[in-house]
Amino acid sequence: MIDRRNFLKLSAAGGGAVFLSGLYGHTQAAGAAYDDFFFVQLSDSHWGFSGAANPDAQNTLRHAVAAVNALEVPPDFIVFTGDLTHTTDDPAERRRRMAEFKQIASGLKVKTVHFLAGEHDASLDNGAAFKELFGPSSYSFDHKGVHFIALDNVSDPGARLGDAQLDWLKADLARQAHDARIVVLTHRPLFDLAPQWDWATRDGAKAVALLMPYPNVTVFYGHIHQEHHHQTGHIAHHAAKSLIFPLPAPGSQEKRTPLAWDPAAPNKGLGFREIEAEPQQANYKIAEFQVTKGTS
Amino acid sequence: MKLSRRGFCGALPLALAGIAGLAPAAPKERVIKIEARRFAYTPDVITLKRGEAVLLEITAIDFAHGFSVPDLKQRADLVPGRPVRLRLQPESAGRFTFLCDNFCGGGHEEMNGTLVVLA
Repeated sequence: MIDRRNFLKLSAAGGGAVFLSGLYGHTQAAGAAYDDFFFVQLSDSHWGFSGAANPDAQNTLRHAVAAVNALEVPPDFIVFTGDLTHTTDDPAERRRRMAEFKQIASGLKVKTVHFLAGEHDASLDNGAAFKELFGPSSYSFDHKGVHFIALDNVSDPGARLGDAQLDWLKADLARQAHDARIVVLTHRPLFDLAPQWDWATRDGAKAVALLMPYPNVTVFYGHIHQEHHHQTGHIAHHAAKSLIFPLPAPGSQEKRTPLAWDPAAPNKGLGFREIEAEPQQANYKIAEFQVTKGTS
Repeated sequence: MKLSRRGFCGALPLALAGIAGLAPAAPKERVIKIEARRFAYTPDVITLKRGEAVLLEITAIDFAHGFSVPDLKQRADLVPGRPVRLRLQPESAGRFTFLCDNFCGGGHEEMNGTLVVLA
Protein backbone atom coordinates (compact mmCIF):
# COMPACT_ATOMS: atom_id res chain seq x y z
CA MET A 1 0.00 0.00 0.00
CA ILE A 2 1.14 3.56 -0.67
CA ASP A 3 0.54 6.37 1.73
CA ARG A 4 -0.29 9.90 0.68
CA ARG A 5 3.22 11.19 1.31
CA ASN A 6 4.70 8.67 -1.09
CA PHE A 7 1.96 9.34 -3.59
CA LEU A 8 2.71 13.03 -3.68
CA LYS A 9 6.37 12.26 -4.14
CA LEU A 10 5.47 10.06 -7.08
CA SER A 11 3.29 12.76 -8.57
CA ALA A 12 6.09 15.27 -8.39
CA ALA A 13 8.40 12.87 -10.19
CA GLY A 14 5.86 12.57 -12.97
CA GLY A 15 5.79 16.31 -13.40
CA GLY A 16 2.02 16.53 -13.54
CA ALA A 17 -0.38 18.71 -11.66
CA VAL A 18 -2.18 17.20 -8.73
CA PHE A 19 -5.89 17.65 -8.37
CA LEU A 20 -7.59 16.80 -5.15
CA SER A 21 -11.17 15.79 -5.56
CA GLY A 22 -13.79 16.81 -3.09
CA LEU A 23 -14.50 14.86 0.02
CA TYR A 24 -17.96 13.52 0.48
CA GLY A 25 -19.54 13.21 3.85
CA HIS A 26 -20.70 9.68 4.47
CA THR A 27 -21.11 7.00 7.02
CA GLN A 28 -19.05 3.90 6.46
CA ALA A 29 -21.09 0.77 6.05
CA ALA A 30 -20.72 -1.51 9.02
CA GLY A 31 -18.14 -4.16 8.37
CA ALA A 32 -17.03 -2.81 5.00
CA ALA A 33 -13.41 -3.55 4.18
CA TYR A 34 -11.54 -0.84 2.28
CA ASP A 35 -7.98 -0.64 1.11
CA ASP A 36 -6.31 2.29 -0.63
CA PHE A 37 -5.08 1.59 -4.13
CA PHE A 38 -4.02 3.19 -7.40
CA PHE A 39 -5.28 2.76 -10.90
CA VAL A 40 -4.28 4.43 -14.16
CA GLN A 41 -6.61 5.92 -16.76
CA LEU A 42 -5.48 6.12 -20.38
CA SER A 43 -7.77 7.38 -23.09
CA ASP A 44 -8.21 8.22 -26.74
CA SER A 45 -5.10 6.71 -28.27
CA HIS A 46 -6.76 6.68 -31.74
CA TRP A 47 -4.39 4.02 -33.02
CA GLY A 48 -4.34 4.29 -36.82
CA PHE A 49 -4.67 8.09 -36.89
CA SER A 50 -2.49 9.86 -39.41
CA GLY A 51 -2.35 13.62 -39.73
CA ALA A 52 -0.65 16.87 -38.89
CA ALA A 53 -2.25 17.02 -35.45
CA ASN A 54 0.19 14.31 -34.36
CA PRO A 55 3.06 13.54 -36.73
CA ASP A 56 4.41 11.11 -34.12
CA ALA A 57 1.21 9.08 -33.91
CA GLN A 58 3.06 5.81 -34.50
CA ASN A 59 4.96 6.30 -31.25
CA THR A 60 2.70 8.12 -28.80
CA LEU A 61 0.87 5.06 -27.51
CA ARG A 62 4.15 3.21 -27.14
CA HIS A 63 5.58 6.15 -25.18
CA ALA A 64 2.56 6.06 -22.89
CA VAL A 65 2.97 2.33 -22.27
CA ALA A 66 6.62 2.92 -21.42
CA ALA A 67 5.69 5.82 -19.11
CA VAL A 68 3.14 3.71 -17.24
CA ASN A 69 5.66 0.88 -16.95
CA ALA A 70 8.14 3.35 -15.51
CA LEU A 71 5.88 4.44 -12.67
CA GLU A 72 7.68 4.02 -9.41
CA VAL A 73 4.79 2.07 -7.97
CA PRO A 74 2.70 0.00 -10.38
CA PRO A 75 -1.05 0.56 -10.33
CA ASP A 76 -3.43 -2.21 -9.35
CA PHE A 77 -4.99 -2.03 -12.78
CA ILE A 78 -5.39 0.15 -15.85
CA VAL A 79 -8.48 1.43 -17.65
CA PHE A 80 -8.63 2.62 -21.26
CA THR A 81 -11.68 4.87 -21.63
CA GLY A 82 -12.30 4.49 -25.34
CA ASP A 83 -11.24 5.53 -28.82
CA LEU A 84 -8.54 2.92 -28.64
CA THR A 85 -8.41 3.11 -32.44
CA HIS A 86 -9.17 5.75 -35.03
CA THR A 87 -12.24 5.05 -37.10
CA THR A 88 -12.19 3.41 -40.49
CA ASP A 89 -14.95 2.32 -42.85
CA ASP A 90 -13.17 -0.96 -43.56
CA PRO A 91 -14.17 -3.68 -41.08
CA ALA A 92 -10.97 -5.63 -41.72
CA GLU A 93 -8.83 -2.56 -41.16
CA ARG A 94 -10.78 -1.80 -37.98
CA ARG A 95 -9.92 -5.24 -36.61
CA ARG A 96 -6.32 -4.90 -37.74
CA ARG A 97 -6.01 -1.62 -35.83
CA MET A 98 -7.59 -3.14 -32.75
CA ALA A 99 -5.23 -6.11 -32.93
CA GLU A 100 -2.23 -3.78 -33.22
CA PHE A 101 -3.52 -1.73 -30.32
CA LYS A 102 -3.89 -4.88 -28.23
CA GLN A 103 -0.39 -5.97 -29.11
CA ILE A 104 1.05 -2.64 -27.97
CA ALA A 105 -1.10 -2.58 -24.83
CA SER A 106 0.12 -6.08 -24.02
CA GLY A 107 3.47 -4.43 -23.31
CA LEU A 108 2.03 -3.00 -20.12
CA LYS A 109 3.61 -4.68 -17.13
CA VAL A 110 0.33 -4.50 -15.25
CA LYS A 111 -1.79 -7.19 -16.82
CA THR A 112 -5.19 -6.28 -15.41
CA VAL A 113 -6.52 -3.87 -18.03
CA HIS A 114 -10.16 -2.90 -18.53
CA PHE A 115 -11.08 -1.60 -21.98
CA LEU A 116 -13.97 0.61 -22.99
CA ALA A 117 -15.01 1.54 -26.50
CA GLY A 118 -15.18 4.99 -28.02
CA GLU A 119 -17.28 6.08 -30.96
CA HIS A 120 -14.28 5.65 -33.26
CA ASP A 121 -14.07 1.99 -32.21
CA ALA A 122 -17.71 1.11 -32.09
CA SER A 123 -20.18 3.48 -33.71
CA LEU A 124 -19.89 2.26 -37.30
CA ASP A 125 -20.62 -1.38 -36.46
CA ASN A 126 -22.58 -1.07 -33.21
CA GLY A 127 -19.61 -2.35 -31.26
CA ALA A 128 -19.23 -5.65 -33.11
CA ALA A 129 -15.47 -5.53 -33.68
CA PHE A 130 -14.80 -4.17 -30.21
CA LYS A 131 -16.73 -7.00 -28.59
CA GLU A 132 -14.90 -9.56 -30.70
CA LEU A 133 -11.51 -8.31 -29.60
CA PHE A 134 -12.13 -6.91 -26.13
CA GLY A 135 -15.28 -8.52 -24.79
CA PRO A 136 -18.45 -6.88 -23.47
CA SER A 137 -18.72 -3.12 -23.86
CA SER A 138 -20.52 -2.62 -20.56
CA TYR A 139 -19.73 -4.46 -17.37
CA SER A 140 -18.98 -4.01 -13.70
CA PHE A 141 -16.32 -5.24 -11.33
CA ASP A 142 -15.25 -4.74 -7.76
CA HIS A 143 -11.84 -3.86 -6.43
CA LYS A 144 -10.91 -3.41 -2.79
CA GLY A 145 -14.27 -2.09 -1.76
CA VAL A 146 -14.98 0.06 -4.82
CA HIS A 147 -17.64 -0.92 -7.35
CA PHE A 148 -16.66 0.00 -10.91
CA ILE A 149 -19.27 0.30 -13.67
CA ALA A 150 -18.27 0.59 -17.33
CA LEU A 151 -20.98 2.16 -19.48
CA ASP A 152 -21.16 2.05 -23.28
CA ASN A 153 -22.45 5.31 -24.78
CA VAL A 154 -20.86 4.80 -28.18
CA SER A 155 -22.07 1.55 -29.76
CA ASP A 156 -25.20 3.47 -30.65
CA PRO A 157 -23.96 6.01 -33.23
CA GLY A 158 -26.50 8.43 -31.79
CA ALA A 159 -24.68 8.38 -28.42
CA ARG A 160 -27.42 6.72 -26.44
CA LEU A 161 -26.95 4.33 -23.58
CA GLY A 162 -30.30 2.84 -24.47
CA ASP A 163 -33.08 1.51 -22.31
CA ALA A 164 -31.62 -2.00 -22.03
CA GLN A 165 -28.32 -0.71 -20.65
CA LEU A 166 -30.10 1.71 -18.35
CA ASP A 167 -32.16 -1.19 -17.01
CA TRP A 168 -28.95 -3.15 -16.48
CA LEU A 169 -27.43 -0.17 -14.66
CA LYS A 170 -30.49 0.15 -12.47
CA ALA A 171 -30.31 -3.54 -11.54
CA ASP A 172 -26.56 -3.35 -10.89
CA LEU A 173 -26.99 -0.34 -8.63
CA ALA A 174 -29.84 -2.03 -6.77
CA ARG A 175 -27.33 -4.60 -5.55
CA GLN A 176 -25.11 -1.92 -4.02
CA ALA A 177 -25.32 -0.49 -0.54
CA HIS A 178 -26.58 3.06 -0.38
CA ASP A 179 -23.15 4.31 0.68
CA ALA A 180 -21.22 2.05 -1.71
CA ARG A 181 -18.12 3.54 -3.29
CA ILE A 182 -19.00 3.66 -6.98
CA VAL A 183 -16.79 4.65 -9.90
CA VAL A 184 -18.35 4.95 -13.35
CA LEU A 185 -16.14 4.62 -16.41
CA THR A 186 -17.39 5.78 -19.78
CA HIS A 187 -16.24 7.43 -22.98
CA ARG A 188 -18.52 10.37 -23.62
CA PRO A 189 -19.52 12.77 -20.87
CA LEU A 190 -22.77 11.73 -19.25
CA PHE A 191 -23.80 15.37 -18.97
CA ASP A 192 -24.25 18.04 -21.67
CA LEU A 193 -20.74 19.43 -21.70
CA ALA A 194 -20.87 20.85 -25.24
CA PRO A 195 -23.68 19.41 -27.34
CA GLN A 196 -22.75 21.69 -30.24
CA TRP A 197 -19.49 19.74 -30.41
CA ASP A 198 -21.18 16.38 -29.86
CA TRP A 199 -19.76 16.28 -26.33
CA ALA A 200 -22.75 14.71 -24.63
CA THR A 201 -24.69 11.49 -24.18
CA ARG A 202 -28.20 11.82 -25.50
CA ASP A 203 -29.76 9.94 -22.58
CA GLY A 204 -26.92 10.52 -20.13
CA ALA A 205 -29.22 12.41 -17.77
CA LYS A 206 -31.10 9.16 -17.18
CA ALA A 207 -27.90 7.47 -16.01
CA VAL A 208 -27.04 10.40 -13.77
CA ALA A 209 -30.55 10.24 -12.29
CA LEU A 210 -30.03 6.55 -11.47
CA LEU A 211 -26.68 7.33 -9.85
CA MET A 212 -27.84 10.40 -7.96
CA PRO A 213 -29.31 8.56 -4.93
CA TYR A 214 -25.88 7.12 -4.19
CA PRO A 215 -23.75 9.61 -2.26
CA ASN A 216 -20.33 8.28 -3.29
CA VAL A 217 -20.18 8.27 -7.09
CA THR A 218 -17.36 9.52 -9.30
CA VAL A 219 -17.18 9.36 -13.10
CA PHE A 220 -14.03 9.09 -15.21
CA TYR A 221 -14.36 9.54 -18.96
CA GLY A 222 -12.50 10.50 -22.15
CA HIS A 223 -13.66 11.78 -25.56
CA ILE A 224 -12.81 15.46 -25.12
CA HIS A 225 -9.01 15.06 -25.21
CA GLN A 226 -8.27 17.26 -22.22
CA GLU A 227 -8.41 17.35 -18.47
CA HIS A 228 -11.78 18.64 -17.32
CA HIS A 229 -13.68 18.51 -14.05
CA HIS A 230 -17.38 19.02 -13.57
CA GLN A 231 -20.01 18.39 -10.90
CA THR A 232 -23.59 17.29 -11.39
CA GLY A 233 -24.85 17.66 -7.87
CA HIS A 234 -22.54 15.59 -5.68
CA ILE A 235 -21.25 13.49 -8.61
CA ALA A 236 -17.82 14.49 -9.91
CA HIS A 237 -16.98 13.92 -13.58
CA HIS A 238 -13.30 13.89 -14.59
CA ALA A 239 -12.24 13.87 -18.26
CA ALA A 240 -8.76 12.64 -19.17
CA LYS A 241 -6.21 13.89 -21.66
CA SER A 242 -5.77 11.95 -24.86
CA LEU A 243 -2.82 10.10 -26.33
CA ILE A 244 -3.13 11.56 -29.81
CA PHE A 245 -3.91 15.33 -29.91
CA PRO A 246 -5.51 17.84 -27.57
CA LEU A 247 -8.80 19.55 -28.35
CA PRO A 248 -9.83 23.10 -27.41
CA ALA A 249 -11.65 23.91 -24.21
CA PRO A 250 -15.38 23.30 -24.57
CA GLY A 251 -17.12 26.21 -26.24
CA SER A 252 -13.93 28.25 -26.50
CA GLN A 253 -14.10 28.55 -30.29
CA GLU A 254 -16.56 27.86 -33.07
CA LYS A 255 -15.00 24.62 -34.33
CA ARG A 256 -13.63 21.75 -32.28
CA THR A 257 -10.47 21.49 -34.36
CA PRO A 258 -7.41 19.85 -32.77
CA LEU A 259 -4.82 22.08 -31.21
CA ALA A 260 -1.79 22.37 -33.46
CA TRP A 261 1.17 20.09 -32.88
CA ASP A 262 4.05 22.04 -31.38
CA PRO A 263 7.40 20.79 -32.77
CA ALA A 264 9.15 22.59 -29.92
CA ALA A 265 7.15 20.61 -27.38
CA PRO A 266 6.15 17.23 -28.83
CA ASN A 267 3.29 15.55 -26.98
CA LYS A 268 2.23 18.82 -25.39
CA GLY A 269 -1.27 18.45 -24.03
CA LEU A 270 -1.15 14.66 -24.10
CA GLY A 271 -0.96 12.43 -21.08
CA PHE A 272 -2.54 9.96 -18.73
CA ARG A 273 -3.54 10.02 -15.12
CA GLU A 274 -3.15 8.05 -11.99
CA ILE A 275 -5.97 7.89 -9.50
CA GLU A 276 -5.42 7.12 -5.88
CA ALA A 277 -8.58 5.64 -4.46
CA GLU A 278 -9.13 6.09 -0.77
CA PRO A 279 -12.36 4.15 -0.46
CA GLN A 280 -12.71 4.61 3.27
CA GLN A 281 -12.96 8.35 2.74
CA ALA A 282 -14.73 7.95 -0.63
CA ASN A 283 -11.99 10.12 -2.04
CA TYR A 284 -10.10 10.04 -5.33
CA LYS A 285 -6.89 11.93 -5.78
CA ILE A 286 -5.84 12.49 -9.37
CA ALA A 287 -2.32 13.01 -10.67
CA GLU A 288 -1.77 13.94 -14.31
CA PHE A 289 1.28 12.58 -16.12
CA GLN A 290 2.95 13.50 -19.39
CA VAL A 291 3.54 10.97 -22.13
CA THR A 292 7.17 12.01 -22.31
CA LYS A 293 9.16 14.14 -19.93
CA GLY A 294 9.73 17.76 -20.82
CA THR A 295 6.28 18.42 -22.23
CA SER A 296 3.42 20.22 -20.62
CA MET B 1 -12.10 26.44 -18.80
CA LYS B 2 -15.41 25.47 -17.35
CA LEU B 3 -18.58 26.12 -19.21
CA SER B 4 -21.79 25.13 -17.61
CA ARG B 5 -24.89 23.99 -19.39
CA ARG B 6 -26.45 27.22 -18.27
CA GLY B 7 -23.68 29.02 -20.09
CA PHE B 8 -24.57 27.31 -23.32
CA CYS B 9 -28.28 27.55 -22.96
CA GLY B 10 -28.47 30.98 -21.43
CA ALA B 11 -28.60 32.58 -24.84
CA LEU B 12 -31.20 30.24 -26.23
CA PRO B 13 -32.62 32.35 -28.97
CA LEU B 14 -35.50 30.63 -30.63
CA ALA B 15 -38.99 30.14 -29.43
CA LEU B 16 -40.69 28.27 -32.21
CA ALA B 17 -39.24 25.18 -33.70
CA GLY B 18 -40.52 21.79 -34.58
CA ILE B 19 -39.94 18.73 -36.68
CA ALA B 20 -42.42 18.24 -39.46
CA GLY B 21 -43.13 15.13 -41.44
CA LEU B 22 -43.75 15.44 -45.12
CA ALA B 23 -46.87 17.51 -44.79
CA PRO B 24 -47.01 20.45 -47.17
CA ALA B 25 -45.33 23.60 -45.98
CA ALA B 26 -47.46 26.45 -44.71
CA PRO B 27 -47.95 28.92 -47.55
CA LYS B 28 -45.66 31.73 -46.47
CA GLU B 29 -42.78 29.71 -45.11
CA ARG B 30 -39.53 29.86 -46.97
CA VAL B 31 -38.29 26.38 -47.74
CA ILE B 32 -34.54 25.87 -47.42
CA LYS B 33 -33.24 22.64 -48.85
CA ILE B 34 -30.16 21.13 -47.22
CA GLU B 35 -28.18 18.10 -48.32
CA ALA B 36 -26.25 16.04 -45.79
CA ARG B 37 -23.43 13.87 -47.01
CA ARG B 38 -20.18 12.71 -45.51
CA PHE B 39 -18.89 15.03 -44.10
CA ALA B 40 -20.66 18.28 -44.87
CA TYR B 41 -23.99 19.99 -45.14
CA THR B 42 -24.81 21.93 -48.29
CA PRO B 43 -25.30 24.76 -47.67
CA ASP B 44 -23.39 24.93 -44.42
CA VAL B 45 -24.35 28.52 -43.68
CA ILE B 46 -28.04 29.32 -43.52
CA THR B 47 -29.10 32.92 -43.11
CA LEU B 48 -32.55 34.07 -42.07
CA LYS B 49 -34.13 37.00 -40.35
CA ARG B 50 -35.24 37.14 -36.78
CA GLY B 51 -38.91 36.22 -36.63
CA GLU B 52 -38.89 34.66 -40.09
CA ALA B 53 -40.63 31.29 -40.38
CA VAL B 54 -38.63 28.81 -42.40
CA LEU B 55 -38.91 25.16 -43.21
CA LEU B 56 -35.62 23.28 -43.42
CA GLU B 57 -35.93 20.33 -45.77
CA ILE B 58 -32.95 18.14 -45.00
CA THR B 59 -32.01 15.14 -47.09
CA ALA B 60 -29.26 12.68 -46.25
CA ILE B 61 -27.58 11.48 -49.42
CA ASP B 62 -25.26 8.72 -48.31
CA PHE B 63 -25.59 7.79 -44.64
CA ALA B 64 -27.90 7.90 -41.64
CA HIS B 65 -26.70 11.28 -40.46
CA GLY B 66 -28.26 13.41 -37.77
CA PHE B 67 -29.17 17.08 -37.84
CA SER B 68 -29.05 18.83 -34.51
CA VAL B 69 -29.31 22.45 -33.45
CA PRO B 70 -28.53 22.16 -29.73
CA ASP B 71 -29.25 25.80 -28.96
CA LEU B 72 -32.77 25.28 -30.30
CA LYS B 73 -33.13 21.89 -28.65
CA GLN B 74 -34.13 20.52 -32.03
CA ARG B 75 -32.77 17.49 -33.81
CA ALA B 76 -33.74 14.86 -36.34
CA ASP B 77 -32.49 11.49 -37.54
CA LEU B 78 -31.97 11.46 -41.28
CA VAL B 79 -32.65 8.43 -43.45
CA PRO B 80 -30.83 8.45 -46.77
CA GLY B 81 -33.03 9.68 -49.58
CA ARG B 82 -35.94 10.66 -47.37
CA PRO B 83 -36.36 14.40 -46.74
CA VAL B 84 -37.03 15.47 -43.17
CA ARG B 85 -38.58 18.83 -42.47
CA LEU B 86 -37.72 21.02 -39.52
CA ARG B 87 -39.74 24.16 -38.92
CA LEU B 88 -38.03 27.14 -37.28
CA GLN B 89 -39.00 30.69 -36.42
CA PRO B 90 -36.14 32.44 -34.65
CA GLU B 91 -36.96 35.27 -32.31
CA SER B 92 -33.43 36.25 -31.42
CA ALA B 93 -30.45 37.11 -33.58
CA GLY B 94 -27.17 35.26 -33.41
CA ARG B 95 -25.00 32.48 -34.83
CA PHE B 96 -25.98 28.95 -33.91
CA THR B 97 -24.17 25.74 -34.71
CA PHE B 98 -25.88 22.78 -36.32
CA LEU B 99 -24.14 19.44 -36.54
CA CYS B 100 -24.39 15.78 -37.33
CA ASP B 101 -24.91 13.98 -34.04
CA ASN B 102 -24.99 10.44 -35.43
CA PHE B 103 -21.38 9.31 -35.76
CA CYS B 104 -20.72 8.88 -39.47
CA GLY B 105 -17.00 8.21 -39.85
CA GLY B 106 -13.63 9.84 -40.11
CA GLY B 107 -14.85 13.36 -40.83
CA HIS B 108 -17.79 13.31 -38.45
CA GLU B 109 -16.25 15.91 -36.17
CA GLU B 110 -16.15 18.41 -39.01
CA MET B 111 -19.72 17.88 -40.19
CA ASN B 112 -21.39 21.03 -39.00
CA GLY B 113 -22.65 24.41 -40.11
CA THR B 114 -23.96 27.73 -38.87
CA LEU B 115 -27.42 29.15 -38.68
CA VAL B 116 -27.12 32.93 -38.93
CA VAL B 117 -30.12 34.84 -37.62
CA LEU B 118 -30.03 38.50 -38.55
CA ALA B 119 -31.54 41.14 -36.35
